[in-house]
Amino acid sequence: MSEKKQYKKSKKEKKKDEMILFLSKSEEKKSFLSKENRKLLSDPLDDNNPITVQVLGICSALAITVQLKPAIVMTVAVIFVMAMGNVVVSLMRNLIPNRIRIIVQLVVVASLVIIVDQILKAFLYDVSKQLSIFIGLIITNCIIMGRLEAFALGNKPWRSFLDGVGNAAGYGVILIVVAFFRELFGSGKLLGYEVLGHKGLTLADSTGLYALGYENNGFFLLSPMALIVVGLVIWYQRSRNRKLIEEN
Amino acid sequence: MDKNSNAYTFIFSIAMVFVVAIVLSFLATSLKPMQSKNVKQEKMQNILSTFVGDSIEVDGQMKELTRELASEKFDEYIKNQYALNNNGENVESANAFDIKLSNEIKKPIEEQVFPLYEAEYKGKSFYVIPLRGSGLWDAIWGYVALKDDLNTIEGVIFDHKGETAGLGAEITTDWFQERFKNEKIYNDKDKIVGVEVKKGYSGGNDKDDNKVNAISGATITGDGVTNMMEERLKRYKPFFQKLKNTKLAIR
Repeated sequence: MSEKKQYKKSKKEKKKDEMILFLSKSEEKKSFLSKENRKLLSDPLDDNNPITVQVLGICSALAITVQLKPAIVMTVAVIFVMAMGNVVVSLMRNLIPNRIRIIVQLVVVASLVIIVDQILKAFLYDVSKQLSIFIGLIITNCIIMGRLEAFALGNKPWRSFLDGVGNAAGYGVILIVVAFFRELFGSGKLLGYEVLGHKGLTLADSTGLYALGYENNGFFLLSPMALIVVGLVIWYQRSRNRKLIEEN
Repeated sequence: MDKNSNAYTFIFSIAMVFVVAIVLSFLATSLKPMQSKNVKQEKMQNILSTFVGDSIEVDGQMKELTRELASEKFDEYIKNQYALNNNGENVESANAFDIKLSNEIKKPIEEQVFPLYEAEYKGKSFYVIPLRGSGLWDAIWGYVALKDDLNTIEGVIFDHKGETAGLGAEITTDWFQERFKNEKIYNDKDKIVGVEVKKGYSGGNDKDDNKVNAISGATITGDGVTNMMEERLKRYKPFFQKLKNTKLAIR
């Protein structure tokens, strides 16, 4: 049915279509969420995940995944900084002298982080207290510098924006998964709620699983466990996504 | 202009530094009043919550003690603010609320000023003492409210700059701070020892042994709390002694 309809398109319409195609080709303009652009968003979530595939940003994945809430807020903050940083560097990409480009990128990221920090302190004081030093740690996140250097310096602002959001989200997904397991097994809570029951001083005071003699695994609160959980996530991802397995 | 020439590089970096400096300093100065208001209100909230708890009765309704509400009610409940010297005398030149303990604890004891807030809530008097010390990574601080006997703890608030989340940072939780309630700060030899955060504590609910149970995995932060309590509280002994004497005299 639809094929027939298309076939019946008037000549005028066909010409119009060709014109649009021609225009878009000549200006390299694609629709805002064309297939290629969508790939920029979705690729880092799985096939090209910054943490599990590129193994970048491991340092902060260790530090802030003890509890779910800081991990979520950190994700939001990184999405903001990475998207804005990519856009700013992409806008300046033809002006930046090659020899000092890393310094310029660093200045851009650091200023954005300071802006986030100052605004949080003024308007969302409680969130800023919750994150305390983690906001500053965004500067040291290697994914951000990596994307600025590898993508934003050579691409247009909108594509850089999508790339930034995609990579930050890919980073955040792993962060949240790891934090979920660490908080659940390490302190028996999720977002601060005692989902496994309350642990009292004695067995009689306890409720839920704790009444049966369950104990929290303190090892989950320590940094090595974050690496082990990330390793398990990588294992799971590769068993599901065969493309990622190197052939040798 | 050649983008790789030295001149261009210099011009670019100078321009960049100027732009960034102007943007950031404009942002910092314009947000400063709001930030310091938040900090001030939070201090009031901390001081009040040591003896009123999380919520407060306003016009017959229980309301959460938010920062805004705390700053409204602060002057109503805090009757007197003292800035004391080492001998328990009030220092007229200093304003208790504006004293920064982070600066004070660096000075020798003789030069320090010790703030103290005298509060009245629901017909009872409380004495709130600010604390400051160091935990594992950075500073920890808090407030202790003492009951009228200047010995029993009504409530405590702890906070920290950068303790480990899930371990040392748990000192800010209600369940940990609850353990300090009704603990005594004097030992049986009439010496101020504060409250010790003890690993493997087995005293249960004993409130007269100057000890509470520690958080497992947060030994150094716990020791920091112990030291901070003793170190800060014992400085108030001369003032407490005077206060007790006047009370006896009135009786």
